[in-house]
Amino acid sequence: MSGVPGSYYLPNPSVWPIIGSIGLFSLALGFAMLLNDVGAGPWIMLCGVAIILYMMAGWFGTVIGESESGHYNDHVDMSFRLSMGWFIFSEIMFFAGFFGALFYARMLAVPWLADTELLWPGYGGGWPTAGPEGETAIAADTPVQAGQFSTIGAWGIPFVNTAILLTSSVTVTIAHWALKNNDRGKLVLWLAITVVLGAIFLVLQAMEYIHAYSELGLTLGTGVYGATFFMLTGFHGFHVTIGAIILTVILFRCIRGHFKPKYHFAFEAAAWYWHFVDTVWVGLFIFVYVL
Amino acid sequence: MMKMPVFRITAITSFLTGTAAFIAAPNLYAEWGLNLPPPSSPVAADILDLHNMIMLVCLIILIIVSGAMFWSVFRHRKSRGAVAAKFSHSTKLEIVWTIIPFLILVGMAIPSTNVLLKMEDTTDSTLTIKVTGYQWKWRYEYPEQGISFFSTLSTARDQIENKADKGENYLLEVDNPIVLPEGRKVRILLTANDVIHAWWIPKFGVKKDAIPGYINEMWVNVDEPGTYRGQCAELCGKDHGYMPIVAEVLSEQDFNAWVESQTQLQAVADEAADKTWSSEELMARGKEVYGQCAACHGAEGQGVPGAFPAIAGSAIATGPIDSHVDLVMNGRPGTAMAAFKTQLNDLDVAAVITYQRNSFGNNTGDAVQPAEIKAKR
Amino acid sequence: MATADIAHHDDHDHHPYGFMRWVTTTNHKDIGTMYLIFSLVMFFVGGAMAMMIRAELFQPGLQVIDPQTFNMMTTMHALIMIFGAVMPGFVGFANWQIPLMIGAPDMALPRLNNWSFWILPFAFTMLLGTLLVEGGGPAGGWTLYAPLSIQGGMGVDMTILAIHMMGISSVLGAINVIVTIFNMRAPSMTLMKMPLFVWTWLITAFLLIAVMPVLAGAVTMLLTDRHFGTAFFDPAGGGDPVLFQHVFWFFGHPEVYILILPAFGVISEIIPTFARKPLFGYDSMVFATAGIAFLSFIVWAHHMFTVGMPLTGELFFMYSTMLIAVPTGVKVFNWISTMWRGSMTFETPMLFAVAVVFLFTIGGLSGLMLAITPADFQYHDTYFVVAHFHYVLFSGSIMAMMGAVYYWLPKWTGHMYNEKLGQLHFWLTAIFFNITFFPQHFLGLAGMPRRIPDYALQFTEFNVVSSIGAFGLGIAQLLFVYIVVQTIRGGQKASDEVWEGSHGLEWTLPSPPPYHTFATPPQVR
Ligand code: HEA
Ligand code: HEA
Ligand code: HEC
Ligand code: CUA
Ligand SMILES: [Cu+2]
Repeated sequence: MSGVPGSYYLPNPSVWPIIGSIGLFSLALGFAMLLNDVGAGPWIMLCGVAIILYMMAGWFGTVIGESESGHYNDHVDMSFRLSMGWFIFSEIMFFAGFFGALFYARMLAVPWLADTELLWPGYGGGWPTAGPEGETAIAADTPVQAGQFSTIGAWGIPFVNTAILLTSSVTVTIAHWALKNNDRGKLVLWLAITVVLGAIFLVLQAMEYIHAYSELGLTLGTGVYGATFFMLTGFHGFHVTIGAIILTVILFRCIRGHFKPKYHFAFEAAAWYWHFVDTVWVGLFIFVYVL
Repeated sequence: MMKMPVFRITAITSFLTGTAAFIAAPNLYAEWGLNLPPPSSPVAADILDLHNMIMLVCLIILIIVSGAMFWSVFRHRKSRGAVAAKFSHSTKLEIVWTIIPFLILVGMAIPSTNVLLKMEDTTDSTLTIKVTGYQWKWRYEYPEQGISFFSTLSTARDQIENKADKGENYLLEVDNPIVLPEGRKVRILLTANDVIHAWWIPKFGVKKDAIPGYINEMWVNVDEPGTYRGQCAELCGKDHGYMPIVAEVLSEQDFNAWVESQTQLQAVADEAADKTWSSEELMARGKEVYGQCAACHGAEGQGVPGAFPAIAGSAIATGPIDSHVDLVMNGRPGTAMAAFKTQLNDLDVAAVITYQRNSFGNNTGDAVQPAEIKAKR
Repeated sequence: MATADIAHHDDHDHHPYGFMRWVTTTNHKDIGTMYLIFSLVMFFVGGAMAMMIRAELFQPGLQVIDPQTFNMMTTMHALIMIFGAVMPGFVGFANWQIPLMIGAPDMALPRLNNWSFWILPFAFTMLLGTLLVEGGGPAGGWTLYAPLSIQGGMGVDMTILAIHMMGISSVLGAINVIVTIFNMRAPSMTLMKMPLFVWTWLITAFLLIAVMPVLAGAVTMLLTDRHFGTAFFDPAGGGDPVLFQHVFWFFGHPEVYILILPAFGVISEIIPTFARKPLFGYDSMVFATAGIAFLSFIVWAHHMFTVGMPLTGELFFMYSTMLIAVPTGVKVFNWISTMWRGSMTFETPMLFAVAVVFLFTIGGLSGLMLAITPADFQYHDTYFVVAHFHYVLFSGSIMAMMGAVYYWLPKWTGHMYNEKLGQLHFWLTAIFFNITFFPQHFLGLAGMPRRIPDYALQFTEFNVVSSIGAFGLGIAQLLFVYIVVQTIRGGQKASDEVWEGSHGLEWTLPSPPPYHTFATPPQVR
């Protein structure tokens, strides 16, 4: 046990990182091949995914084992906390890049294009827009004809989804309190509710995408509006998926009796991540849907 | 003492390299320009003054700063018995060397701002020219005069491949220069067709990016008639280095005469489109036009494997005429193959297609007439 | 059982031997070594590409490589030097030195540390692999500007994905550095007692976490524009090619400080040692570094003065860029004041340090000239810019790294390097560097654009000089490898302090330090 005062847990040599690197490499290589219709691309890519999943299972398994056998102390716990915090910061900056693209396109590029009579005669700009050669935008949630697209109104599914995510932030916090009070039943219940809410969000989001593609003429290729819309909501949806998977894993660990009222960093990390995903959504809701 | 051989070896090597450099440099072209070229427009003159000023300030700073350092390096060395002092900060000094640089910067910012304001003022121009960058040529349009033409590198391939002696204006010469009137404020509208290019003539003191889909503005006012040369200044692909800019500045009179002659040329070209051309005429013309395609598809139609398809034996250039015409006229979106209908007139399109279909081993025997192209526009 | 896992011993750790030791290691010293070797290899690969560039530019006309290949060489040279040589190099120093300098047993997250490194060889295999696929490598410049980068084949996609991998590696590495510094210091090592190298790395790591994801975003948009029909950079769909530049340079400018701040840290360690005098103005050094980092976020568009920004934008970015001269000046003045009235000796590390201060100042001053918008209209995209950034990158970052190798290698290996050869390497490098890059200032002013494989005759002389300098510079680096290998394999025993004036925790350890250090936290005065 890490009873020696001031000692810090240093792991033994590990094969997981190199496995992760090989996985990443074949994922990326396979993807590049897939995009260019080269031979075995999809298979190489799938191999990469499988290797990465194997690595995650193995690596996290090791960490969970170390944690449960009490190798970690407050000091190590603090390292984990700090790194999770900074990791989330890096994610925020990733989204910041896409938000920046949205603001730039909407506030600067489109008005400039609209002013460029010489090249784009008759283009009026405005937002939403698919650009001078793209489809014309019509009122939100209206069925479209050829050459038109319509956007998704803020107060339907997106609003419901906002409510769902905000609620799930509350439920995960309730679960956290329960964990601190060592009320395991309540913990599992509220955490399960959180996971279910996340899943509902994803289902609604998927329905929304289908609606957009099949009825609103709104796709990735719908000019800069479609590009920013799907890039932002898509990456967010991807993060929700990851967050939901993490929460599910944590849920199973809770059911198995992992975590202690005082030491439960993995739980907290998952909760932080979930709050981060929610916060980004609020930004999305305001800047992508409402305004 | 230990340092001596080190110094000696380096001294010898650097001496040898220096000499080698001098011998190797063919003094033929000796120009050794050390500063911005002499300005030919008020803006370029302002920039030169500004440049000289900031350059001088920077040099003085460098001399003072490195002077202090090297003085210390020579005086405060242990081998001269220097004993280390103990001081490790001085708030007073630190405030001083925060404030003084700041003031110097303010002193530099003021004249810079003035020059910038002047450059950005495109009002009161008396002539507008639209410049469009293509991979890898420029198009110049004079909307008010109804003139439009392309400008491409005219240096012979042999010179580039070292098979012939290089001419005086190697890589800085074009077939059709942009023509400007002397002493008039000319507004230039810049855009591009495919990727970003940048239009730059050093002696004019202007450089601006030509961006697809957007229009940038700038102005020039050249003091004296003459020929001025520059280059594309934004990486635009394979032949970025072969995309020169040449401006012919003419007196008011000569400029008007030039406008006149261009208008006539345009009329002749329009007529040519209606006439029926013989295969030989088309092939001869097509060979000339093909020069524009050779950058990608190769002088012998061989293409660049993996990047640009060969014309020799190409399924399109030997297949149905319609799809060949369609490809050349409309290009292929998302690739470097541009829609040439906006760049070539009917005769040229017809000629180059005829040429491609009957050269490099392709022998379809087809001849495409300008009238057919006109019908497809 | 578990006790064996804990790092309070030295010898009887069980770990795999041979190749697997290096692949699976979680030891900061091993990982630091691997980073440094990787960096050296990449320096040579990138350098070999620079040699091809200079060979082609030796004379006007096309001799060695065709224009498309030339563009690939330029692009790959820069990507490899920046992401392969300089960044991993400094991470290597961070790995070795930060735990030693703050009295920590290792990095905070050793397994993650291993992963940060081991992503890199794969990422660069991917990047170099582009040269083998149809269509070849990326040829749009390291800045990958749209729409040029929309053209091109699979090589561009592989480059984008390689950049994603490098980004993951950098972000994970940076998180590790920050956490180590915040959480692993010996109890009495307060923030304001940390060596400056640690401080500059702390701020560098922050910059990395803040901007690498933005780069990832930029290249992701490029990828979707290439393959998924989005129109971020396509005006016909309402996008703007310049948007890419804004996002890229929002990353790109902080990136150049990522490349130089650790070098500042190294210089701030070396100069006091050989001046035998404490660093002048420690506090203001820390604040200046933070100031540079802050300003770096609001100056990005100085790379884009010619894109036709609104006037207010041009003025704002001109003024903010100029301001960076103030905190950077503070650093330069503090270094000189540290030397002032010191008792200096000039072993190889000090020679490099003095040269860096002098040559970086030249590069910084030419940077200041570039910041002046109207003048930049003349300088932009010419060899004046190329000269500027090689002065800050080569004689700033790379030469600082070389100084650092000479400075710390005796500590790491327990052997002294050959001082005579070291000095010879220094002089050859410094002289040939200047022969290579000083004339490029003149070329730029005379109007030679960058990124061209062939040039007009008036540029011949200086290009000849520059190419000859470059070949000399390249050959001189073989000497560097020789010296390093020689030192690793043996040589005069180094003492624990190594340098007479050395100061700091790392010098209290034996040379070489044991595999695990500071199992119990040291006391800091
Ligand atoms: C390590 C990398 C590094 C560093 C540290 C810097 C530092 C600086 N750079 Fe540089 N830069 C690059 C790497 C770097 N740069 C690269 C790679 C490019 C090209 C990218 C590409 O296009 O491919 C580039 C390009 C570049 C441009 C764009 C040029 C163009 O394309 O047209 C500009 C313009 O403003 C610029 C400015 C500056 C400034 C003002 C600083 C300042 O930080 C310098 C500050 C230092 C000093 C000023 C000297 C010391 C100070 C004193 C002695 C105090 C007294 C001084 C005064 C009062 C003046 N740089
Ligand atoms: C840290 C960054 C870094 C470093 C260290 C260097 C180092 C060098 N660079 Fe580079 N360079 C850049 C960053 C860097 N560069 C960037 C960012 C660009 C812009 C790219 C762009 O426009 O997109 C650029 C562009 C650039 C150009 C302009 C190209 C163009 O515009 O077309 C040139 C031309 O001279 C050049 C030259 C050199 C030379 C001669 C060196 C020398 O210092 C290298 C010294 C050589 C060696 C260390 C190698 C020794 C090798 C051998 C002896 C060969 C034998 C070995 C083997 C084959 C294994 N560089
Ligand atoms: C900037 C480079 C470039 C220039 C200049 C260029 N092309 Fe092309 N061309 C291409 C590319 C790239 C393709 C392949 C397009 C694709 O992927 O389908 C192509 C395809 C073609 C093809 C079809 C070949 C095949 O078998 O697929 C023909 C015919 C052709 N070009 C004719 C021309 C003509 C005629 C000109 C000049 C008037 C010209 N090209 C100039 C880049 C260029
Ligand atoms: Cu056009 Cu470079
Ligand atoms: Cu910058």
